[in-house]
Amino acid sequence: MIELNQFLILSALLFSIGVIGIFLNRKNVIIILMSIEIILLSVNLNFVAFSYFLGDLTGQIFSLFVLTVAAAEAAIGLAILVVYNRNAGSIEIEKINSLKG
Amino acid sequence: MSAALLSFYIFSGVILLSSLMVISTKNPVHSVLFLILAFFNGAGLFVILHAEFLAMILIIVYVGAVAVLFLFVVMMLDFKLSIDKSSILQYMPIGIFVGLVFISELIIVLINTKLDLSNIQILANPIEKYKDLTNTEALGSILYTDYILYFQLSGVILLVAMIGSIVLTLRDRDGVKRQSIQNQLDRTAKSTIDLVDIKSNEGVDI
Repeated sequence: MIELNQFLILSALLFSIGVIGIFLNRKNVIIILMSIEIILLSVNLNFVAFSYFLGDLTGQIFSLFVLTVAAAEAAIGLAILVVYNRNAGSIEIEKINSLKG
Repeated sequence: MSAALLSFYIFSGVILLSSLMVISTKNPVHSVLFLILAFFNGAGLFVILHAEFLAMILIIVYVGAVAVLFLFVVMMLDFKLSIDKSSILQYMPIGIFVGLVFISELIIVLINTKLDLSNIQILANPIEKYKDLTNTEALGSILYTDYILYFQLSGVILLVAMIGSIVLTLRDRDGVKRQSIQNQLDRTAKSTIDLVDIKSNEGVDI
């Protein structure tokens, strides 16, 4: 029998992988967006696991809304990325420092 | 070992490995493909948790739309894959440190606590109420009644995202010739044609 803690540990590991991806990545912004997707997937997994073990459907509803917001965020983020790449010619994170002054 | 436990271990192992590959491969196209693999295994985990509708939505929306959008953008943009080792090593310690702190804190807490959810009585939408319905029907009967406001708000969010990304990526190009119907209709013979009497041996200035 699978326990709740197994899902929670898996989701914690996934979340940490996403956070490490944001910190380690210095190449391009698109990997950071993918790390955010991984983080949101782990959060969804948490919601659904609690929903199953609690016997309550509300977690799945909330997970649906998280999916919606994640899709909107990915669309906007990628649009910003395309525009930035057109204007600056590169999306390397180390070169994105025009706000530095 | 039951089939559910075995498939849980397979799915979770593949999802962890593939998400590690997402953040560690050099080629962004490979990252997107590993992200798709991670989403598929996440859908498998959702099926184990009896959330069939969410599993299918994960495959349709994430793999079918979001990951393909990522793939489009990765292939459209011209990435310079040159990355010097020094910049990786510069951020490696802080990244590893933050990651280890995260993992150890969460794992220590989760191993030492035994969550007992069996005697919680206050449930908003208990599954027993929808026992004779499928998962999709149960979700729909809640989503379109109690959560209709949030449902429509998420629709508004999607609309804003759509308009925002269109406005961001729209641009006027120079040198594109477009048909202007207004100008075409405004033309008259008088404004366009000039009748000139040409005298013999003089020519005309054009």
